[in-house]
Amino acid sequence: MPKDTPSRWDRRMQQRLAHGEAAALGELYDRFASLVHGLAHRVLDDEDAADQITREVFTQIWENPEAYDAKQGPLRSFIATLAHRQAVHRLRQTESAALVRTGLGTTEDLERKVRRASAAARADYIVTSMPAPLRAALELAYFQRRDYRQTAADLGVTEDEARRRLRLGLQLLSTAHDSGTPPGGYGRPA
Amino acid sequence: MSGANGPDRFDPHDPHDPYEEEPGQPQDSGATAGAPRIPTPRASIEDTGRPLPDLAAPVPLVLEHRVLKSLLGAWALAACSPEETVAVEDHLGDCGSCAEEALRLRDAVGLLHAEESLDLDPLLRSRVLEGCLTRRPARVPVPVWASPYDAETARLDALLKDIGDGEWHAPVRLRWYESGDQVSRKTTVAGVIAHLTSVDGLVARAIGLDDPLGSPAREGLGPAARTEAYWKASYFPPTRAVRVPWRDQSHALIRTVSFAGADASGTGGSGQLPISYGDFELSLRDAMTDRAFECWVHAGDIADAVDYPYEAPAPRHLNRMIDLAARMLPGSLALRRRQGLAAPARELVAAGAAGRSLRLEVEGAGGGEWLISLDSPGAVGSAEREVAHVALDGVEFCRLAAGHVSPDEAAAGQVGDREAIRDVLSATAALSRM
Repeated sequence: MPKDTPSRWDRRMQQRLAHGEAAALGELYDRFASLVHGLAHRVLDDEDAADQITREVFTQIWENPEAYDAKQGPLRSFIATLAHRQAVHRLRQTESAALVRTGLGTTEDLERKVRRASAAARADYIVTSMPAPLRAALELAYFQRRDYRQTAADLGVTEDEARRRLRLGLQLLSTAHDSGTPPGGYGRPA
Repeated sequence: MSGANGPDRFDPHDPHDPYEEEPGQPQDSGATAGAPRIPTPRASIEDTGRPLPDLAAPVPLVLEHRVLKSLLGAWALAACSPEETVAVEDHLGDCGSCAEEALRLRDAVGLLHAEESLDLDPLLRSRVLEGCLTRRPARVPVPVWASPYDAETARLDALLKDIGDGEWHAPVRLRWYESGDQVSRKTTVAGVIAHLTSVDGLVARAIGLDDPLGSPAREGLGPAARTEAYWKASYFPPTRAVRVPWRDQSHALIRTVSFAGADASGTGGSGQLPISYGDFELSLRDAMTDRAFECWVHAGDIADAVDYPYEAPAPRHLNRMIDLAARMLPGSLALRRRQGLAAPARELVAAGAAGRSLRLEVEGAGGGEWLISLDSPGAVGSAEREVAHVALDGVEFCRLAAGHVSPDEAAAGQVGDREAIRDVLSATAALSRM
């Protein structure tokens, strides 16, 4: 796998941002805006709030590009973690404000809602970042409703391999529920 | 076909949308909290109320632990045969570690859902970037004269990201004016991007980037000749593979002019570098405005071909595009005059002196007023010497300059010298090219 190309891009981007190159900021936006906005939208389910998170995340990176450490993983994971953290923080804020205002619901409801939104966003990210063969298998079995034998035939792999991919894909996806361990599902190489 | 999941397979005529089906959600949402019970697989056939597949004789499968474990993912997705499903579920009653994993994987299935492609508001990009640059000003800014190109290429790229493989081959007719006649050339969405790549390449090569036409260097080719050469160089019709080279080149252009054009006001520095278009020249800053204009116009062609909405550029960018066209009009008039297509000059005007002028009033966001010198490109437009006044909408003016409407069709309010008005509108259409 040509592993070094993306990480070289990441480091180069970081240098250009640190150097204060506005063109680099534009390229960063072009590459990651839909990731950031999509994650924020999944958590907050609100267009304006997702716009706001997008603004905050890019401002944060632009103001402090040194915060990214290429040794810790790809820039994509770093940005996803920022977006996720910011969006969840905001969800908790707006939900607690609503709780105080209306008195409806409990803090347990709130925490459950935050957990659910958080896991849904992480799951999106995991699906888009998981190895393509696993994603293809899940796509066939879940969305195209193929059984694992048909999935194997469609992918040109053995039935054993199809079962392995479906199981491994779901195992990866299930880590979306593990909110405790930072960086909470975004640490996997993209 | 195994037939195992027969009635459960996707049926396009089935009113029940499989994408809507959040597996196990209604009954399983509390499964993790409640007593350890084994959830049933998604859309198990028994739950559908539809006839069960014809099982000759339910032969209980005996499978070893290793195999049963390997089936857990497929089981959670309801992608096993009924016999295997029964075998797995029997096993889950006896095997704690498999039961635990089964539960976990079933929950994971609940996290899968159809990817919804949310269109990002194209205006968000400039808002985000401006916000960033206010907080921390750029040491190497994008010159103001390159920002329309930056914005338009980003907008087109967002459109391209959304269109399907097949749509890249949707037919597009490029239209422009040549010697007063509308001409056209048939291509596809991918062909349009190849066209933009090859003409942007005029600027790229002039500032030291690779020419997309490759080597040996092709000197003196204009936009149309470059496009034809680029199209011909590829044995196969262009596909969506043209997107990345186009985008990489546009990013490289923006980056390079940012470093070269340290004078962001655009009044001097590299913005004055002449860029040859074959039979005419533009300064780098004007060429970047021209490329932004072409990008917008062709993005509009593509959007029409694939039936997407596409808005006009931001007003301040539109204004730069209109301004460039207005400044090119006296030259276009003079060329048409030499070709015998426009009325002869009425008077000789010394260079730099005020001459007969037409007031071009462009309405709407991004509009303004320009005085177009009628008799000589060297003369200066003058309010005192105004002989005619034309008013039209900004987007309409751009459609005329792009060759998408004819001078006769263009909806324009007109007062004064009829001949001058006709010549200026025709000279505007003559700015268009492939």
